[in-house]
Amino acid sequence: MTTSISCALRVDDVHKSYGTHEVLKGVSLAAGKGEVISLIGSSGSGKSTFLRCINFLEVPDRGRFIINGEEVLMKAGSADRVRPANWRQVERIRIGLGMVFQSFNLWAHMTVLENVIEAPVHVLGMSRRQATEKAEALLHKVGLYEKRHVYPAFMSGGQQQRASIARALCVDPSVMLFDEPTSALDPELVGEVLKVIRDLAEEGRTMLLVTHEMKFARDVSSHVMFLHQGRVEEEGKPEQIFGAPISARCREFTSSSRH
Amino acid sequence: MQTSLSILELLSPNPPGWGGVLLSGAVSTIMISLGAYLVGISIGLAAAAGKLKGSRAVATLLDLYTTAVRAIPELILIIGLYYAGTDGINRLLSALGFPPIEINGFLAAVLVLGVVQGAYMTEVLRGAILAIPVGQIEAASAFGMRPWLRFRRIVLPALIPNAIPGMANLWMSVTKDSALIAVVGYQELALATRLAAGNTKHYFLFFFAAAAIYLAITVASNVVFASLETHFRRGQPRAA
Repeated sequence: MTTSISCALRVDDVHKSYGTHEVLKGVSLAAGKGEVISLIGSSGSGKSTFLRCINFLEVPDRGRFIINGEEVLMKAGSADRVRPANWRQVERIRIGLGMVFQSFNLWAHMTVLENVIEAPVHVLGMSRRQATEKAEALLHKVGLYEKRHVYPAFMSGGQQQRASIARALCVDPSVMLFDEPTSALDPELVGEVLKVIRDLAEEGRTMLLVTHEMKFARDVSSHVMFLHQGRVEEEGKPEQIFGAPISARCREFTSSSRH
Repeated sequence: MQTSLSILELLSPNPPGWGGVLLSGAVSTIMISLGAYLVGISIGLAAAAGKLKGSRAVATLLDLYTTAVRAIPELILIIGLYYAGTDGINRLLSALGFPPIEINGFLAAVLVLGVVQGAYMTEVLRGAILAIPVGQIEAASAFGMRPWLRFRRIVLPALIPNAIPGMANLWMSVTKDSALIAVVGYQELALATRLAAGNTKHYFLFFFAAAAIYLAITVASNVVFASLETHFRRGQPRAA
């Protein structure tokens, strides 16, 4: 655990239920600057829901969120739940959390370049020229400069995901959130996306990564959390989680998903 | 004698020809249709948003509106809304101690047809919004877009390609529904045609000319909608 001063993200005791089904039963996480934290676990363990609670795409029932030193203000809601007190604050904080989705979610009516400059221009108020320069440099970096005027539907899944990573980078996020970034890709396209993410990890970006790519998680993570039925079953250094897990469930999961 | 006039003389834009009456009727038809269409789009957008995002009471009220308007024959709606509307306004005015006013026929036609268009437009736009992949709206939220920005930059451009075929249908139908306005005495293309035909007894000629004008409006509209669709579908591959 890192001290709160160098903490890029600190989340405490997140709860979330859908009806009577409790998906998250109190999950906490602290990410120091430059840390890469992987969230692993079987389907339904709550890892994606947890990630989506961090930028309030899912509104958590309870929890405390400190993002880049700023605490999200909460107020009491119905039935001992809490709600964000001020959605404007949430909207402002979200822009600092670059999100990469499983199904890319690029805006279909915009070219790759337009996708990448959209938030910088319309949310951050950057000039179009400045945003375009920055976007073109990022598209270079993810190997899509030549495709910058192409619409997403005309590109492969791997290209779309690299474009969506460029889009997330262009807002200078303090933390990047990856929600199963390679799960929707054909196997031969996974590598090109993982390479981009690996480069970002090596640059020292703070990242949260929900993934089923165990070997990749082991390689790039500084910390691994194994979720099971809405709780953190075990967490630690990747060598521990993948090499010598204490929990039987974690051992079973990591050994069964090893290729 | 009028019967001695040739076809060209009858259709001439200058009296004794009736072409000018027909053409100004056609302009009225287009203006009424455009006005009603814009009113319909505004009502449709607001009502679609209300149905999707509003409280249960709002949604029920809007359901009532779309069901009622779509259940009642348009001719009856137009006569009903026109007379009830003008009468209602004047009753309200006299109750408040104002003298009655003459309702502008053009404005009344636009509003009455707009209310009818709005009901159909609501459903077209509601469907178009529901067809937007939810992830694209989520991505807009995740990048800190506020609701209005999200609507303007993401939802609106994404719903248009889904809505265009239905909206083109509604435009075609309003250009012809505007003919129903003739029953309340506003002179558009259909009423102008009847006038010309009745006065000259050349029924076939003038109804044929009117049909040709309606066809021309439709063909021109097709061209406009086709190019709009091409523009708004630019990000989508053609279906195989």
